[in-house]
Amino acid sequence: MLDALKTELLTQVTAAADLEALEELRVAALGKKGRITGLMKELGGLSPDERRERGAALNRLKDEIAAALDGRKAELAKAHLARRLEAERLDVTLPVRPETEGRIHPISQTIDELTAIFAEMGFTVAEGPDIEDDFHNFTALNFPPGHPARDMHDTFYLPDAGEKKMLLRTHTSPVQVRTMLSAKPPIRIIAPGRTYRSDYDMTHTPMFHQVEGLVIDEATNMGHLKGCLVEFCRAFFDVDDLPLRFRPSFFPFTEPSAEVDIGCSRKGGELKLGNYGDWLEILGCGMVHPNVLEACGVDSTRYQGFAFGMGIERIAMLKYGIPDLRTFFEADLRWLKHYGFVPLDVPSLARGLVG
Amino acid sequence: MKFTLSWLKDHLETDATLDVIVERLTMLGLEVEGVEDRAKELAAFRIAHVVSAEKHPNADKLRVCMVDVGDGKDPVQVVCGAPNARTGLRGVFAPPGTHVPGTGVDLKVGTIRGVESRGMLCSERELKLSDEHNGIIELPDHAPVGASYADWLGLNDPVIDISLTPDRADCAGVRGIARDLAAAGLGTLKPLAADPVPGGFPSPIGVTIEAPDACRMFVGRTIRGVRNGPSPRWLQDRLLAIGLRPISALVDITNLLTFDNARPLHVFDADKVRGGIVARFAREGETLKALNGKDYTLDPAVLVIADHERAESIAGIVGGEATGCTEGTVNVFLEAALLDPTLIARTGRRLGIESDARYRNERGIDPAAVIEGAERATRLILDLCGGEASELVVAGAEPDWRRSLTLRLDRCATLGGVPVPAEEQERILTALGCTLAPQEHGTLSVVPPSWRADIHGEADLVEEVLRVKGFDAIPATPLPRLTAMTKPALTLKQRRTGTAKRLLAARGMSEAVTWSFLAPGVAEAFGGGGEALRLVNPISADLTVMRPSVLPNLIQAAGRNADRGYPDVALFEVGPAFRDPSPTGQDQVAAGVRAGRAVPRHWAEKTRAVDVYDAKADALGLLEALGAPTANLQVSTDAPAWYHPGRSGCLRLGPTVMGRFGEIHPAILETLKVEGPMVAFELFVDAVPLPKKKGGTARPLLQLSPFQPIERDFAFLVDAGIEVDRLVRAAKGADKVLVKDIRVFDVYTGDRVEAGRKSVAISVTIQPTDRTLTEDDIDSLGQRLIAAVAKATGATLRS
Repeated sequence: MLDALKTELLTQVTAAADLEALEELRVAALGKKGRITGLMKELGGLSPDERRERGAALNRLKDEIAAALDGRKAELAKAHLARRLEAERLDVTLPVRPETEGRIHPISQTIDELTAIFAEMGFTVAEGPDIEDDFHNFTALNFPPGHPARDMHDTFYLPDAGEKKMLLRTHTSPVQVRTMLSAKPPIRIIAPGRTYRSDYDMTHTPMFHQVEGLVIDEATNMGHLKGCLVEFCRAFFDVDDLPLRFRPSFFPFTEPSAEVDIGCSRKGGELKLGNYGDWLEILGCGMVHPNVLEACGVDSTRYQGFAFGMGIERIAMLKYGIPDLRTFFEADLRWLKHYGFVPLDVPSLARGLVG
Repeated sequence: MKFTLSWLKDHLETDATLDVIVERLTMLGLEVEGVEDRAKELAAFRIAHVVSAEKHPNADKLRVCMVDVGDGKDPVQVVCGAPNARTGLRGVFAPPGTHVPGTGVDLKVGTIRGVESRGMLCSERELKLSDEHNGIIELPDHAPVGASYADWLGLNDPVIDISLTPDRADCAGVRGIARDLAAAGLGTLKPLAADPVPGGFPSPIGVTIEAPDACRMFVGRTIRGVRNGPSPRWLQDRLLAIGLRPISALVDITNLLTFDNARPLHVFDADKVRGGIVARFAREGETLKALNGKDYTLDPAVLVIADHERAESIAGIVGGEATGCTEGTVNVFLEAALLDPTLIARTGRRLGIESDARYRNERGIDPAAVIEGAERATRLILDLCGGEASELVVAGAEPDWRRSLTLRLDRCATLGGVPVPAEEQERILTALGCTLAPQEHGTLSVVPPSWRADIHGEADLVEEVLRVKGFDAIPATPLPRLTAMTKPALTLKQRRTGTAKRLLAARGMSEAVTWSFLAPGVAEAFGGGGEALRLVNPISADLTVMRPSVLPNLIQAAGRNADRGYPDVALFEVGPAFRDPSPTGQDQVAAGVRAGRAVPRHWAEKTRAVDVYDAKADALGLLEALGAPTANLQVSTDAPAWYHPGRSGCLRLGPTVMGRFGEIHPAILETLKVEGPMVAFELFVDAVPLPKKKGGTARPLLQLSPFQPIERDFAFLVDAGIEVDRLVRAAKGADKVLVKDIRVFDVYTGDRVEAGRKSVAISVTIQPTDRTLTEDDIDSLGQRLIAAVAKATGATLRS
């Protein structure tokens, strides 16, 4: 009789179409008023031996049915989940919600790169105002009034402020003056910033950026200047054997003065940096002129050092192959997207300087 | 400064090749800008003989020429269209493969109207010798067939162009360049023939210096009975090679010496000079017609060389037409003066006159060679034009140019980085013309030569030695480290500028770098445009006034991008804005604009235009990143006039305005001719307070509550004009301990609330601190909150 019941219940469990039907079956078999529960209740009327035997049989039946129910339930749940997942299918090839990513301008990136390199050599960053006076921009830098070298600068002037002739700084060198006037040697600074000259054509813009470097102590000589700039250029341009050529030149504020060329090739109209036999001028430098030290209150019999200055757009153009200076200031989104840098690309020597 | 190789060799005995000379010049600091070697460029062009020229069978204007090119082979067939192509002509032939400089074309074998042509007979224009193109070059019958035309013409003298630094007055003459090369071991400097001309009579024209500070010395001389005419071929060629136009023998001689030894001279037609010569300052309003054909009105700041009636030349810059020498000049008065370089530079700049004389006079003339210059000129005049020279007239005197400098022999090592043996230092300085005397042990006493006014001190002497030795000899020495570990290069303020840029880029904005100056009208619209910030000499009307704000440039840039078809713009710039010209009148500003759509059309998103809250989010995000105490920020609605008055605000910390944001005023957009809406923010980076340093890097201890936070929602009805911020502040103030956070999740005006009112729904996060709150506690807090909000804003709880 129990076998018949078992067969019947198992058939029903297997046939149960969904979780609800299965639950009904469970209640009908194992619930408070279920058939197996009912048979269990009847055990009380039996003799101890019969009770033991039938009880064990009923427990077995109960376990088997419960197991069958669980098994079927798992099956049904699995099928149910499968149907749900099928119903939830999405077209994952659709484009994602719009996100915009901005770009860092090549000038900022280049300044961050050169800051990382010079920081490694013990330089700190100094700043000065864009609007300067004649003293800081020229006189203290040993440009005598009326000297033809002043002509070379195409200076923008502002109305005089009392005795002071006001102008837009033509180079970042006035930051040298401000630094020496306010700090005592040893000094190692770089000063990146905006500079202005009245010149506007294919290769000149009325505003551009320079970085100035200044080292003042008791022992720095021209060999250190060379060493410093060789290290810088090789690190910045990421060319380990980049040759540098120092040519004598003239700047009022340095003596001796030099212009520096880096090695390149212009074969086939394409510029390539490296040891290829041709040269490209990139910066001016020299040993700080004693007159400049004295004008800035530094004892020139005790202290000496070097200074250099270079165009930031120029080295950015060379490093990143940007063809036209004027495009730097046009804020053309297409240009910024192409030549700009992603914000997380923060230059450091530890991670490398090449984007 | 241009000169030819043969000219250089007039002064320098050398076997060095052109390439070696060019390389050495650059390494001496005489940077070679270019070398023009016409002979090399025209090497393929040969002198040829037209054996026969017959009419082209298929063209009236063409001729078929058989040309003997002098290679011993059969004549070459050339089709030529020149009207003067004829049998017997000697011309210039270029074979196929030749690059023709005048046309930029490489010749090929061609077929012209059915007849093969194997080369070309050339015009002067095709060789870039002149503009002549009416016919092909015709040479005299003695021109040797087969020879290089350039060689035959005397073009085999390379022209070297150096870019001269302003300190090197001496190298504005070929002799100075030769001296540098000789010092560098590239040959020997030839002696300059000292050959003074004895005067045969006193000069009838005398010289007076009325401005002794401006004109230190004036040497003159009359030469009578000269024949002026075209100068000889060698002199003309020499001037032509460096781009000067030969004028007449007298003028050409002065030009020759100007370039030969940086000694500008002037020749007056003595018969046109009235009375004597006077070096004086011009009179107010005095006029002069100069030899450049222009009229100048002078003033007392201009030094002139005058006769007793009027100014005859602008001293050291340009001569006057009235007393200029012509073909008819018979008597000439020669001038060699020593003038104040600064005055010449100033005058030349002010009058806008560029001349070879000014170029040298403003750099400074050799003060010891004034008489020598006059003598050399006299000798050349007598040689080329004949005549008889008077005695010299000398006014003023050679100034004392000698100065003794001390050079410590170890300075090449300690300043220049490379030790140079004492003998080598002495050899170099001597070769450059210095006079040396040994001083105490280890030092030299050096008197620089008269032509080197640029050498003032020990550092200059070190440069001279190293320059001639070669900067290549200086070793590259690494800078010694100051500390074992790299220290930060940036101050906190500087670091924040970098942070601002990268934060804004991370928010989706692209960084622009724009001009610091803009148009006056634009500056005025943004509160600037004052006189003190207006350039005296702007380069264009659009770049005239220092910008009072970064925004106008960004707004216009957004407009340009829209014009190019990219209307959805997000741009920022971190840079200066100017209040006044003082060093503290410049603010570091981070500013940004957004234009077009904040959310573009997308299948899953609702598109929308940018609005003021985008700009506010940028400003707040930036302030947060810069470490501003954003919890204490207040928003006031008094943004400047370039913002929409009802859609803008200032972000304040107490009385300090740290920034502002809003929609750009429609009138401003119209002024700048761009389409709106556009939203923007400006943030004064340096106004954001630096965090107070409290010793050490440790942060305050984190206190986590063991009790769960609870959220409760409240909806209020309030007058539509009440700012939600007031309501939120009141709610926060209801219990500063328990109310942790408030979010505004709905603001509604419309049919379901009465007119003039709005519904504001907030979600309040309550954070128990010391025990779990009971329902009563929470209710009581809710009542206090409602009361506080009601008191502050008149709001009622929406039922």
